[in-house]
Amino acid sequence: MTDPAAPEVRETVHETGGSPAPPDDEVAAALADRFTGAVVTRSHGQTVVWVDRARLAEVARHLRDTEQFTTCVDVCAVDHLLDAARAVPAGVGPERFEVVANFLSHPRNRRIRVIVQVPEADPVVPSLTGTFPGVAFAEREVFDLFGIRFDGHPDLTRILMPDDWEGHPLRKDAPPARIPVTFKAAGGPR
Amino acid sequence: MGLEAIPHTFLTGRLEDLVRWARRRSVFPATFGLACCALEMMATGAAHYDLARWGMEVFRASPRQADLMIVAGRVSQKMAPVLRQVYDQMVEPKWVISMGVCASTGGMFNNYALVQGVDQVVPVDVYVPGCPPGPETLLSGILTLHEMIRTDELMARRRASAHGGAGVHVPQLDGQPEPARPTVTVPSGA
Repeated sequence: MTDPAAPEVRETVHETGGSPAPPDDEVAAALADRFTGAVVTRSHGQTVVWVDRARLAEVARHLRDTEQFTTCVDVCAVDHLLDAARAVPAGVGPERFEVVANFLSHPRNRRIRVIVQVPEADPVVPSLTGTFPGVAFAEREVFDLFGIRFDGHPDLTRILMPDDWEGHPLRKDAPPARIPVTFKAAGGPR
Repeated sequence: MGLEAIPHTFLTGRLEDLVRWARRRSVFPATFGLACCALEMMATGAAHYDLARWGMEVFRASPRQADLMIVAGRVSQKMAPVLRQVYDQMVEPKWVISMGVCASTGGMFNNYALVQGVDQVVPVDVYVPGCPPGPETLLSGILTLHEMIRTDELMARRRASAHGGAGVHVPQLDGQPEPARPTVTVPSGA
């Protein structure tokens, strides 16, 4: 899904925090215009928008209504507990969690990613279900596995684990929950 | 199986043989395909490895009408009470085949989401190894179950076992490696 406006640039976000958006990216320009303080970079041929988490729902609504990104492909999260020293673009304050929303525009044939930083002490993010009702389950999954709450979600309950489960399994400090079984034939750590 | 109260004579012996013959010739499986093994179970019921040769092509959707529960696939923590409820709703005599490694021991998934072996939830009579077991191995498991019903070895094994299931392992016939014998290092009671 290459962006016809820009050549393919392959580099790792981890090393540099992303490269700047090319000058002829009109979506990036409109976003930078409308949302002051938003940082726009490119990563593996896709535009990435780093915004403050309070503005997430607003950015999603702008992308849907003005920029024709009518599909929210997924909402997921990342726990950076173990790589807190990662590179982020200038102007972004790194926190423990990131919530990543991916959008797809059929008329423009391109994708865009919105990343917000979520602190561990207050893991709340506005919900996108008002604009994209279909992400309700994706946000429930993020809540179930990371413990990040979504403000305004109609039914924020666990979706994979049983309702009375304690803990959030995909956090880096969650126990691996493996039973120690040793198989004679295998010769590995397990 | 219900005939033990009658004083045992030559005629009741023949009657028991007749009842066991009838039971093994008309086993109705309950649909409990959970994951990938379900496809191999469907293949076993399809034309090439036809389960209808043994009268088993009718997979009953209602557990009230089923005799055999083939647990085909991963059992998640959330599914375990549902599985137990379906098992409880089946009418005696009932049997359980644990199909595939995920149902038998948790398979390759030793983690927070899956029950490590369906025998933690229901008593298992036959374990069919494989990931997934092909139709030949599953048929070998089913025919082993039939044979144990015919000779009443099934009830003898159940009485002798700790958890109420016959617990027979069939060999892996599809060229996959035989499962290694595990050494469980979890202290008993955990």
